[in-house]
Amino acid sequence: MQKIIKTPKWMRKSISRFFQYLVLVIATILIFVPIVILLFGSVKTTGQMYSHPYDIPNPPHWENIINILLTPSFWGMMKNSLIVMVATTTGAVIISSMVAFVLARLEFRGKNFVFNLFTLGLMFPINVAILPVYFVLRQFTQLGLPLIDTLLGIVLVQIAFQLSGNIMILKGFFTAVPKELQDAAYIDGCTNFDFFWRIMLPLVKPSLAAVAALVMIVSWNDLLVPLVVLNNNELWTLPLGTMQFQGQWGQDLALVSAFVALSSIPTIVFYFFAEKQIVAGLTAGAVKG
Amino acid sequence: MKSLPAVSGKSKAIKVSEAPHRKKDTFFIFLFLLPALILFLLFVIYPIFRSVYYSTFNWNGLGPAVKNVGINNYLKIVSDEVFLKAVKNVLVIIVCSLGIQLPLAMLLAVLVGRDLPGRGIFRTIFFLPYVLSEVNAAIMWMLLYNADPDRGLFNGILLQLHMQPISWLGDMSIVLFAVFLVLTWKYFGFHMLLFLTGLQNIPTDIEEAARMDGANAFQNFFYITLPLLSSPIRTSVYMSVLGSIQQFIIVWVMTGGGPVNASETMATYMYRFGLVRFQFGYGSAVAIIMFLLCVIFSLIYNQLTKKPDYLTGL
Repeated sequence: MQKIIKTPKWMRKSISRFFQYLVLVIATILIFVPIVILLFGSVKTTGQMYSHPYDIPNPPHWENIINILLTPSFWGMMKNSLIVMVATTTGAVIISSMVAFVLARLEFRGKNFVFNLFTLGLMFPINVAILPVYFVLRQFTQLGLPLIDTLLGIVLVQIAFQLSGNIMILKGFFTAVPKELQDAAYIDGCTNFDFFWRIMLPLVKPSLAAVAALVMIVSWNDLLVPLVVLNNNELWTLPLGTMQFQGQWGQDLALVSAFVALSSIPTIVFYFFAEKQIVAGLTAGAVKG
Repeated sequence: MKSLPAVSGKSKAIKVSEAPHRKKDTFFIFLFLLPALILFLLFVIYPIFRSVYYSTFNWNGLGPAVKNVGINNYLKIVSDEVFLKAVKNVLVIIVCSLGIQLPLAMLLAVLVGRDLPGRGIFRTIFFLPYVLSEVNAAIMWMLLYNADPDRGLFNGILLQLHMQPISWLGDMSIVLFAVFLVLTWKYFGFHMLLFLTGLQNIPTDIEEAARMDGANAFQNFFYITLPLLSSPIRTSVYMSVLGSIQQFIIVWVMTGGGPVNASETMATYMYRFGLVRFQFGYGSAVAIIMFLLCVIFSLIYNQLTKKPDYLTGL
């Protein structure tokens, strides 16, 4: 009834588009503020940081960056983080896909129990569990399997707490593969293992990549587990090293900025290459979870 | 069918119509479940029971736990003002997350929408903070929050505006909100992503039809879009609450729970007693309380929100 003469559609549309972009651009700027200030700080001298704390570094000084890059301990942390990440990701993806496969494609007694057991893990995040986990790691260490102050301890705990989520995600993908394929494979004499290894895994490769990307991010960024497990600074991972570095050099804002910028770069580069996988993994996980 | 017997002896047992269940399957299944079960039982389930046991002791971790105090640790915790403060802070974070962070994420998701040119770029940018490590995020923001106006951006801006500088992380009445701002910056992208994915699943013709019937943009959003997004919203709220209950790293790095416990969360409280002061019994009891809160919340929430999903019919 109220169809009065309105502004033409294209005009309304472009006005609304304008405001859409306006808000989004403002949000973008706000998101970038801490990152840009950090990057600016990373190429300043301590003196510049005092006199012009948040200006564009002019001229940029790369001394702090270079000094950190020339420090062996920085590369040691990088190496430790890399070892943990690769081991956790490999372990978590293989072990979870085995369980997910069995839960999705085979029938057995106690299947519901196993499934429910792993769902329980979704309600019990590592941040809540860290102290109990520490006890168990200590116990193992006393029994002769050193899990305190070893990278192995970190890897095992990270895998254990990644299992539930990964199993739920992968089970969904394994279930989606048509039943006929399984029947055909078994008729052709495939064993369970053949079917899993030669047919299922290649089929769900994109999903495996998504899960792997997610685990990599979580493992690489994890501070809590290394913080609790490690004492020996030779074994520190990058996030733990960053926290300790901030504790030690916190007053030298330029130096801290340089360190944090350098330790952020691997994550950012990885994100730009694997954004699709990370996003796919997260949304699948959230829908299942 | 003719080819069946030719394959090998084992194909006899195969029933084409249902998943094969054979004797040797049992061994295979056992083998495939074993590594996960071992890790899961040892590092996720067993520690819970271990903690329940320790939580009844007054134990500093040296030697065996002998001094059983029954439920005394629990009584002490729930009457400790600092713990109650931590619970209150967590509640504030939950309320702010649900009231500010999620609506903000929704707003941005709707603005990015389905067909905006360049939407991919915005999505990439908005999600970037989520993938940065929590330590790095915390330190970045500490630079901005630096109380010295000559060093911290925020106070620099206040000074430009001829206002008094604020001790962002040192003022008991401000610190929690300063922390919350960082949490929002870090996590809103995750919720936005969920909403965006949900939006993409809504067929455009529903909204188109409503618009034809005279619904304006707001009616369209509140009566059509929002109800259709109930599934991602449900997930978002769940993740947000669980995430708030266990909030640790960002608070620990930025404030350590201070000043004077003003930004204490349950997780920082547990960490301090359990792993800094080595009061293992007491810390265990805190862990068990947090664990129960998580489980109770999960169960109630899942029960309450078991509503049909309009789009998938689930």
